[in-house]
Amino acid sequence: MKRSLINARVIDPTNGLDGQYDLHLDGGRLIAIGEAPADFSAEQRDDLAGKLVTPAFIDLGAHLRDPGPRYKGSLVSESAAALAGGYATILPRPDTSPVLDSASHIRTLLDRARDVAGVRLAPLGALTQGLDGDLLANMAALKSAGCVALTNLRQPIRDLGVLRRCLEYARTFDITVVFQAQEAALAGQGCAHEGAIASRLGLAGIPESAETVALTQWLLLIEQTGVRAHVSLLSSARAVELVRDAKARGLDISADVSMAQLHWTDEQLEGFNANFHLEPPLRSAADRDALRAGVVDGTIDAIVSDHLPHEAAAKSAPFAVSEPGMTSLETMLPLGLALVEAELLSLPRLIETLTFSARRFGLKGGMLEVGEYCDLAVIDMEQEWRVSSETLVSAGHNTPLLGMLLNGRVEEVLLGDSCYA
Amino acid sequence: MNLFDLSQASADVRAASPAQVQLDEQGRLRHFLDIEGLPRSVLTEILDTADHFRGIGDAEVKKVPLLRGRTVANLFFENSTRTRATFELAAKRLSADVLNLDIKTSSAAKGESLMDTLVNLEAMQADAFVVRHGDSGAAHFIASQITPHVAIINAGDGRHAHPTQAMLDMLTIRRHKGEFANLRVAIVGDILHSRVARSQIQALNTLGAAEVRVVAPQTLLPIGVETLGCQVFTELAAGLKDVDVVIMLRLQKERMDGALLPSESEYYRRYGLTRESLAHAHPDAVVMHPGPINRGVEIESAVADGPRSLILDQVTNGIAVRMAVLSMAVSGQMKARAERRGERSRGAGA
Repeated sequence: MKRSLINARVIDPTNGLDGQYDLHLDGGRLIAIGEAPADFSAEQRDDLAGKLVTPAFIDLGAHLRDPGPRYKGSLVSESAAALAGGYATILPRPDTSPVLDSASHIRTLLDRARDVAGVRLAPLGALTQGLDGDLLANMAALKSAGCVALTNLRQPIRDLGVLRRCLEYARTFDITVVFQAQEAALAGQGCAHEGAIASRLGLAGIPESAETVALTQWLLLIEQTGVRAHVSLLSSARAVELVRDAKARGLDISADVSMAQLHWTDEQLEGFNANFHLEPPLRSAADRDALRAGVVDGTIDAIVSDHLPHEAAAKSAPFAVSEPGMTSLETMLPLGLALVEAELLSLPRLIETLTFSARRFGLKGGMLEVGEYCDLAVIDMEQEWRVSSETLVSAGHNTPLLGMLLNGRVEEVLLGDSCYA
Repeated sequence: MNLFDLSQASADVRAASPAQVQLDEQGRLRHFLDIEGLPRSVLTEILDTADHFRGIGDAEVKKVPLLRGRTVANLFFENSTRTRATFELAAKRLSADVLNLDIKTSSAAKGESLMDTLVNLEAMQADAFVVRHGDSGAAHFIASQITPHVAIINAGDGRHAHPTQAMLDMLTIRRHKGEFANLRVAIVGDILHSRVARSQIQALNTLGAAEVRVVAPQTLLPIGVETLGCQVFTELAAGLKDVDVVIMLRLQKERMDGALLPSESEYYRRYGLTRESLAHAHPDAVVMHPGPINRGVEIESAVADGPRSLILDQVTNGIAVRMAVLSMAVSGQMKARAERRGERSRGAGA
């Protein structure tokens, strides 16, 4: 179908586009930006005056809970949540049940996704078998099956010799390695940022050094092996500095931070609200400010959801024994717009950070390209909506924003090659 | 609910703190979860009430009918002999019916969740739960999310708080030393894992003690402990110099496994309270310990059993303080219940 989206503000950071443009589409393919070609006659014209149109978002690391226990979520529920949040593509994490450490698991997931998921999946595979950190996963086979990168998440690889081999082998097959920096021995049984607040609340702390010690080891081995890498979920000011230095030294490394880390600090733990039980933990205000600065200056390339839906019982427990994580795909845009509103971030930079993974991981989308299929998000920046059990699409309602009014909502995600008739 | 505050870009969506949960709008106690956030007036009221109950312990008939017909359930998810026994005696001296549940060996072991256990007990119409639990924030969790209309008395939650222990210590100090304003108090030992120390530091600060000190090796001090309101010492002699009260903490044997300390003997030589090290304190200094004591690990027998030791007095005061807290919190809940009934009947009449 030929369709024209007219009068919207269009932002595409990759092409440096920000202004009122008309978009003309044919069967999901972008035909023109601005003037329609002479021979183009739209069957449908959507007047989007006052709305914002951007490339649809791409999230790295959202937990779609599939395969795994249905009470925590499924491909159906979580991909619907992703669409509601403005996402067209998800790079789901491999710590499912079973772990995504073999080509057959990846193929099964992608087959199912074609049938039931409303979004594209570009899965992250396990770097080691079972994520156990001992034996290399079949990396080349995982890549052939469709994995866009491999990761051990926060699961420790205790033997640094094994880690080195993982990186060398990944490099051999031109595989990007995604990692989260946390030294398990320093994190111990911690559940909160090690600082005055955790001390007062009697919560076991995770020191900043749990992140920086691991990050330093990884960076040195990345430098030695020359592997392409992405560090996910930075949490401390010192870690931002380490990444900044590594980039300056010329390492092929990119970084992300969760939206929660850009908003909240460990002060939110005062009431033992289990919805703020996150891994890595919310740290100090100085850490949060450094993370924000890192996003602005480009040290941090992407803002991710760290979406981790839970059933109510998982959070209905004393803080330390509640399960960590927050459902967050659907609140990414309003929380991002809040940063823009507070002038901490420009709107184009926000969109850039929400679409970065497409460029980094060589995926379609994340930008407007004339002649190509493109995924678009239509956004109403003024729309006020209340986060509630009724409005959330995700199976998990584990967010501290439950009951709050937020500003900004995704009206529609147009998927280039499937949702157009 | 508030609109997410765009100007701040970080809406404060904190849950209610223990301080907010345990007091009603009139500032009456309805739970007793934490010393933090309680005004001095409430702490003083607890001490005054406990002082009054101390007299009952000395009477021929050791009972008052304040909680007659009420049910107090002791829910101990962690082992405890002394705390549980004194809570049981406190409830019985208030004429309450007492239910003792050792959850470790009952339903929790069978996989029944904490929540299920509690709502079942609430359905049995208990008026107060005395809760000891291994996780910080457990009592607050129960009071704010599970059974807000049952008076929750925190009998120790993880490393977080042990407010009745702190208050019985305050009562002991006040009875022997008078007002707090002139007192220097040193707390010695495993501050890191101690809920007792956290509550004591807060109580002493709220009651206006002149100086609160903690004394321990770095490995047993929580990060940022000074922000709780105390001076930090790593050397015992300096930490004890001229103090009026010495509070020793129990050293758990398992601390050696976590590489926090090399050995009991080295700890005793550096941090054990002996007649010799006690000489650094004020000549009239008293010695306290929340028990149970490890003789020859953190304290010398001659000091524990000596004339300046108030350890047994603490136990006696524990009953009085727990009577005070139980009666105050249950009566706070009763008033709230009556107000809810009043509102309902007014609603029905309208």
